[in-house]
Formats: sequence, structure tokens, C-alpha cells
Amino acid sequence: MSNNFGMTMVEKILAAKAAKDQVVPGELVNVEVDLALGNDITAPVAIKEFKRFGLDRVFDPEKIVLVPDHFTPNKDIAAAEQALVLRRFAKEYGLKHYFEVGRMGIEHALLPEQGLVWPGMIIIGADSHTCTYGALGAFATGVGSTDLAAAMAIGEAWFKVPSTIRFEYNGQLPEWVSGKDLILLTIGKIGVEGARYRAMEFAGSAIDSLPMDGRLTMANMAVEAGGKCGYMQPDQITFDYLEGRVERSYTSVYSDADASYESIHTFDVNNLEPQVAFPPSPDNVYPVSDAKGIELDQVVIGSCTNGRIDDLRAAASVIRGKKVKEGLRLLIIPATQQIYRQAMDEGLLADFIDAEAAVSTPTCGPCLGGHMGILAKGEKALATTNRNFVGRMGHPESEVYLSSPAVAAASAVAGTIVHPEEVLS
Amino acid sequence: MILQGKIWLFGDNIDTDAIIAARYLSTTEPEELAAHLMEDIKPDFPGLVQKGDIIVAGSNFGCGSSREHAPLAIKGAGVSCVIARSFARIFYRNSINIGLPIMECEDDLSGLKSGEDQLEINLELGKIIHLQSGREYKAAPFPRFMQELISRGGLVEYVKARLEK
Repeated sequence: MSNNFGMTMVEKILAAKAAKDQVVPGELVNVEVDLALGNDITAPVAIKEFKRFGLDRVFDPEKIVLVPDHFTPNKDIAAAEQALVLRRFAKEYGLKHYFEVGRMGIEHALLPEQGLVWPGMIIIGADSHTCTYGALGAFATGVGSTDLAAAMAIGEAWFKVPSTIRFEYNGQLPEWVSGKDLILLTIGKIGVEGARYRAMEFAGSAIDSLPMDGRLTMANMAVEAGGKCGYMQPDQITFDYLEGRVERSYTSVYSDADASYESIHTFDVNNLEPQVAFPPSPDNVYPVSDAKGIELDQVVIGSCTNGRIDDLRAAASVIRGKKVKEGLRLLIIPATQQIYRQAMDEGLLADFIDAEAAVSTPTCGPCLGGHMGILAKGEKALATTNRNFVGRMGHPESEVYLSSPAVAAASAVAGTIVHPEEVLS
Repeated sequence: MILQGKIWLFGDNIDTDAIIAARYLSTTEPEELAAHLMEDIKPDFPGLVQKGDIIVAGSNFGCGSSREHAPLAIKGAGVSCVIARSFARIFYRNSINIGLPIMECEDDLSGLKSGEDQLEINLELGKIIHLQSGREYKAAPFPRFMQELISRGGLVEYVKARLEK
């Protein structure tokens, strides 16, 4: 092909794995998959479909990851049966990466921590928040269970090449403003459909200085804007994160200077407030100062969005020495065993328990209305999770607000949604 | 393929928690899931919907989770096709993969009568006819690759054929 023009990071990765020199948005490609992921809700369907192929092996037992995280530790008999399906399949097919309860974590916090993600990879997962790994410069996207079954059999997946929207965040983040606030701001601006089918490229000086936990948070919620994926291009923060976690060599991929973007959104973050998504949608976003007087029954700090060590540190720094408001339940769910242990070593769990919060083993739990903190009719919760559609955390007549861990911790103390400074002064 | 059936109207941003709530995700059987289809937003729907009915919705249908249980519940209820202004991408690919026909139609169908009116759909041509008025609507026909997947009954059949080669 003689007419080579610039490509974005995602276009380049898709082209390489489709064995093509060039791809353009809209084109359908069939690509090699580097890693395929499933959990205890989605993998049982995938395994059922996979068995219809009559194969005695998977395409590569080192490139499939199964994590029982949604309804575990087993929520009830039906959930136990589903977890058993994963366990048996992993054993029968010799899967290297099956993470049992007691060794696991919430999948999208676990995989980067375990060194299973590096730049340039194609990662598919039967879970919508698979887009999280874009923070490490991979092409990572959610797919369905049948897609997972096909990938387990032949190590491939089909995709429509997305066009890319670039988001530039410039300036210095004020204290208490985090990756969660940036992504809520973005979804609030463009809407739950604003990036439908697109790749979201996150860049700018505020991203350059954003720690990896915050980047993972942002990429995690690309799907909430309809995005196929969300990513940051690899830099020193990426390499420092991968150091000691990923032993093998990898090649970082970067957008060309003359790559084409469908549109570019710029944000000045210098005076940004923490953001809150009101029910019933992740795009119903307001600054925290507009969220006064909302009385809460439950606060949840955790999930694949905000259950990492930086998130727990931020929450602990707000709540240390204070008590959760009487009558309110604060649930803290560290996202992996390693994070749980680290939080323990740093004294954060003591801070939470002294504040009268409930601390749980890693699980998705209440985020999707599974278990470990369901809401009754009429109850209101504030959560560091990623969705707040009707019935998300329990009764259809309960409501969920979304925020950062710092705002969540402050609100657990105040009993209403507040800026952290209101409980720290 | 020509489909014909009674329609049920839904709005914009019908998310996967609305289509099938998380509390039902411990089963993978389409018939069991169908018993709870749209339960939190239209509690009488599982009792009303009949085999051959068509769901007509607004934009961003199926947004939210990747749960394949969502199109499975719809297929399990006997719905023959989902027409929407636009689809969320994981729901879209899940539907194609399991062989549930879906169509994107930018024309405004919200004025039709839910639970009463009937549509005739030609999937290959992307043509929709409102039987009560004779009015024709235009939908986007699929790329050939996707038509092939749907006509084979889904991705599993496609992969089986690949494995045989």
C-alpha cells in the first residue's frame, strides 16, 4: 500500500494483530487475541458454548484468565454451581491463570497487578469494564460470552475498527480531585452515548502526572460513555508500574502525530471540583457543591473502578479519627488480596474499622446488586462504583450516586454528600 | 428473512440492568431469564410478551453491562427482532453472536402503538413496513460478514466451520 497515513494507537494495534499494514475506522478486522478473560457470571455461558466445539484443548492455556469475582465468596447455591463450572473447566483444560477465592481480586484490579497486562496487547474480556487495561497502552474491550468461547477455541475475535475521540485534560488537578472526577466530568459532558463505538484517547498535562491507579479508574469507565475502549499512551509512569510486575519485553505503541481524530475535547482542570453522578445515569453529573443535602443510607468504597491502594489511602486520610454517621453503613472493599494486605500493613483497615466501617474480602458484591450490601426500597447510596441505572444496587426504588473515594469517605462521615474539606476543617 | 409481529415500545438508554437484573444472573437458561425480562421497568412485560413479538426502542439500546443474558432473555421470550435507533456495542455483538436479529433504524417509530401495531421486517434489505398504515421505514442492512453470522445461527456455528477446515 503506497498511501500510508497516520494511525492512532488503537488503529496500529488492530492493524498489527490483523496482519495488515493499515486499517481505517469502520473496517471489519479479525485479530489475534493476546488475553481472554471471563468471570463467574459470564464464563459459565462461554464454557457452555465452548463445549459445543467438541475440543479437548483451548487455543493457549496461558492466554485465558478466569476470575470468580462477581457472586463470590459463593453468594448462594446457584452462584456456587457457577463458580464450580469455572473451577472444573480451569482444571480440565489446564488453564494457568485461574484465581481462586483467597488468591483472587476483582478482575480489572487483579490482572494489571499480576503482571498480565502490558502495552500493545489485545485483551478481550466477557465483562464490560475490560476497557480498564487501556490505561496501560493495550487495546482492551468488553465482549460477550460467545465471543469468549470463540476466542478460547481459536484465539481470535472480530472487530469494527473504531474511530478515536481525543480528550485533553490540561492543568494541575486541585487537591481532592482525581481520575474518577475527570471521567465523570467527561461522561457528563458527552453523555452515555457520546463515545459509542469509539476509542477514547486520554491525554494532556493532567494525565501525564496522573498516577496509574487514577488512569485505571478513567479507562475503566470508558464503557459508560459507550466507548469501545479508553487508553493512555505509555510513559514513565506506565514503565514504573510495569517494572517488577512484567518480566517479558514489550513494545509500546503510540499514535502518530498525523493520526486522524473524529473530534477533540479539551478540559481545563485547574479549578475543577469533585464530581458526582446523580441517579439514574452515569452521565447525570454535577459538581459536588450541587449535591448538598442528599441524605445517605449506605456508602460503598471499592470496585474495579476505585478499589485500589490510592483509593483506600485517599478514603482513609479523610476518615481517620472520625466516625461514620450514625445510622449509615460504610462498606470498604479492597479490590485484591494484595491491596487488602497492603491496606492492613499501612494501618488503613484499622482507620476504617475504628471509624465503624465494614471491611470485606475482595468481591464485586454490591456494585451490580449482587450481594454484600444490597439496598432496600427507598434507600440512597453513594458509591465509588461505575453505574447507577435503576435497580443497580438493589430495589428498583433505591438510588445510587457515584463519586470518588475521598468524597465517599467524607460523605460517610457527614451523612450527606459533601466535599472532603467539609469534614476535615 | 421476513419477520412479522406485534410491537412493544421502549425508550432511550434501556440498559442491561433493566433488561435482566443482576439478581437473575445465576442462570443461563433463556426460558428462565425470559421470565424476568424488563421486570424492573415494566413488571407486566414477561406476562404480556408473546413469541414473534418485536421490541422497538430508542437510542443506545442495551447499554451498560456485557451480560449476554440480556439478548438471551429477549430471545428466550420469543422476541423475533429488536429495532432501535442505535445499539450499545456489546449488546449489538452479543445479539449477532447468538443469532438474535437486530436492526438499526434512524426513523422515528415512537408514534406507533405499543402492544397493538404490527411490523413486517426484511432483514437482508433493511426494510420495515408498518402494517396498519402501509408506511415504509428504512433500516441499515448489515455488512455481509454479519448477515452470514446471523444466517448461520451465530458465532458458534461460524467457529465450528472454521475448526473443520
